[in-house]
Amino acid sequence: MRTSRFTIAVYLAPAILVMAAACLYPVLKAFELSGYKWDMGTAASSAKCVGFDNFIAAFSNPQVWSSLSTTLLFAAVCVSAEMVLGIALALALERQVRGMAVFRTIFILPMMIAPIAVGLAWRYMFDAQFGLINALLGVVGIAPKTWLADPTLAFVAIVIADIWQWTPFVFIMMLAALAGVDRSVLEASRIDGARMWHEIFLVKLPMVMHVIAITLVMRLIDAFRVLEVVYVLTFGGPGNSTEILALHVYKTAFIGQQIGVAAAVSILLLVVVAVLSWAALRLSNPMKDSA
Amino acid sequence: MSGLELRGVVKRFGDVVVVKQLNLKVAEGEFLVLLGESGCGKSTTLRMIAGLEEVTEGRVFIGGRDVTDTHPMDRDIAMVFQNYALYPHMDVAKNMSFSLRISGVAPAVVAERVAAAAKILNIEHILARKPKDLSGGQRQRVAIGRAIVREPKVFLFDEPLSNLDAKLRSHMRAELAVLHQRLGKTTIYVTHDQVEAMTLATRIVVFDKGQIQQVGTPAEVFNNPANTFVAGFIGTPSMNMFEVVAQVRNGELRLVGDGIDWAAPQWLGAVGVKDAQPLTLGLRPQSLSAGEALVNRFTLRADVVEYLGTESQVVGVTQTKDERRISVIVPGDARAMHRQHVSFCFDPSALHVFDKGSGASLRPTINDTLTYTNKEMTP
Repeated sequence: MRTSRFTIAVYLAPAILVMAAACLYPVLKAFELSGYKWDMGTAASSAKCVGFDNFIAAFSNPQVWSSLSTTLLFAAVCVSAEMVLGIALALALERQVRGMAVFRTIFILPMMIAPIAVGLAWRYMFDAQFGLINALLGVVGIAPKTWLADPTLAFVAIVIADIWQWTPFVFIMMLAALAGVDRSVLEASRIDGARMWHEIFLVKLPMVMHVIAITLVMRLIDAFRVLEVVYVLTFGGPGNSTEILALHVYKTAFIGQQIGVAAAVSILLLVVVAVLSWAALRLSNPMKDSA
Repeated sequence: MSGLELRGVVKRFGDVVVVKQLNLKVAEGEFLVLLGESGCGKSTTLRMIAGLEEVTEGRVFIGGRDVTDTHPMDRDIAMVFQNYALYPHMDVAKNMSFSLRISGVAPAVVAERVAAAAKILNIEHILARKPKDLSGGQRQRVAIGRAIVREPKVFLFDEPLSNLDAKLRSHMRAELAVLHQRLGKTTIYVTHDQVEAMTLATRIVVFDKGQIQQVGTPAEVFNNPANTFVAGFIGTPSMNMFEVVAQVRNGELRLVGDGIDWAAPQWLGAVGVKDAQPLTLGLRPQSLSAGEALVNRFTLRADVVEYLGTESQVVGVTQTKDERRISVIVPGDARAMHRQHVSFCFDPSALHVFDKGSGASLRPTINDTLTYTNKEMTP
């Protein structure tokens, strides 16, 4: 029996309406805001249409491009490290061994902590005088570092905090994916002569590539949107060395009081994330094997 | 030499013994079928041969070499799985050549072997397709092709046809038989389907509760079942069973039970059956004839008559206190018997006689076979 177009539309309508309200409206609103000069605290009706002036102002600001490059570097380093670590840990811990369930639960705890709390915790750990990190470095004879006062080390600090919090996400996604791999295919590969590395790289990982692609996209989007941890840990400093784009948007909107310019930068962020997500999905289309 | 031998093989999962003291020899080129119900230990036995399951006790030999502690790839075997177990992300050619590629075989040799296997299985036209684009039968062929290209000493099949529809299963069964004749490789085949076992096997190993019940050619296990389990398991419809006691009357051995007073087969007197000894009788549905022409008789109320074209299956109950359900196969169209009381008769030699306590067949030749089975199997 062929389902009519009307029936399909009726079934899809609620989901489309919710998606439109929850996702599309804020995006459209950001587009609208980017075309106006609106001073915060004044009536919205007092906003003046300025055409593309906000985009011109945003794109001619070297700090925007600096923030974008910091964001790209941050996302590239964090997501790469999280993917590699998360996948490696999932492969190591996927076996059904006694006590492994407890270990897995402990391992995903960082993901459950509020980002603000994570930022605070790491801020204390990276403290130059009293921090745990310097104390541990001291044990092995390394001089204390001014983690959050040095541009390179501050960047390393926000990267470490992000990897610590979000590697567990990759880990549980991969654990679930690996649990779904047909055991008999792995057994067939063993009979075919596959050693551990063959099994991992030629059988297991290609079989969960659709989950890897989805996880990569989700982490990529999240890495571009990260704000709280950086806000608490460095507030973009020292200088602008850790000012990622989301923080730049926040500062432009709520410190610089330039809502329209902030909206224009947000749209730049949206375009960058959309292009990268599209590219990641295109490279490993998760739906192509489901037909 | 590419035979196979299991010596005292035991498999335990915790306290549960799944396979008990298995001794079996498989000759080079033989097609051995492990037959039994689900959970009887046949697949576990196959997996132990493959090296996918650890052997708790005993040793496994392939081609005279002890492979008990050897990695599956070093056992010189190939296995075809029930769900095919194809690599979903590789095309057919890559699936078939996987083992050769990772073991560093020259690309030209790989291509040659894949092409040869594809030709044998008639799958040359689907080499570029992914498994998701194949039908069940094609997937099965690819799985067999993957096994063939390795040129192993022993082929292992784990219920390879059970995911196929009836028509395709019958077709693939014939193809497997032809393939075995062509390649002549030692093959161990697990199934719960007795038709597959009867049609493919050079010998059948009947399993129950982790133990071998009988090893023999299809004709041996059908005509001379070693015990009541094998008698009931082999044959469609199942063998009819009757509880009786032996009775010596006027020097003649009779088999007497509820509504039964039958002459015993001639050989029964020679095996030391005593007066009043409880026995179980087995009678194949195909051994019965309508009428009263033969010496042993009984009457049946035909409740169901299933017309099957060349023959009919009559299912009814005996006119006795326990109203025993009996199946009979009669030639041609027997629908006229429906709801009638019909007399059936049979020759005493058609009876299979089992000890009621142990269930073992009392026929002398079977006893010998059974003892032999539990010690050591040779082809």
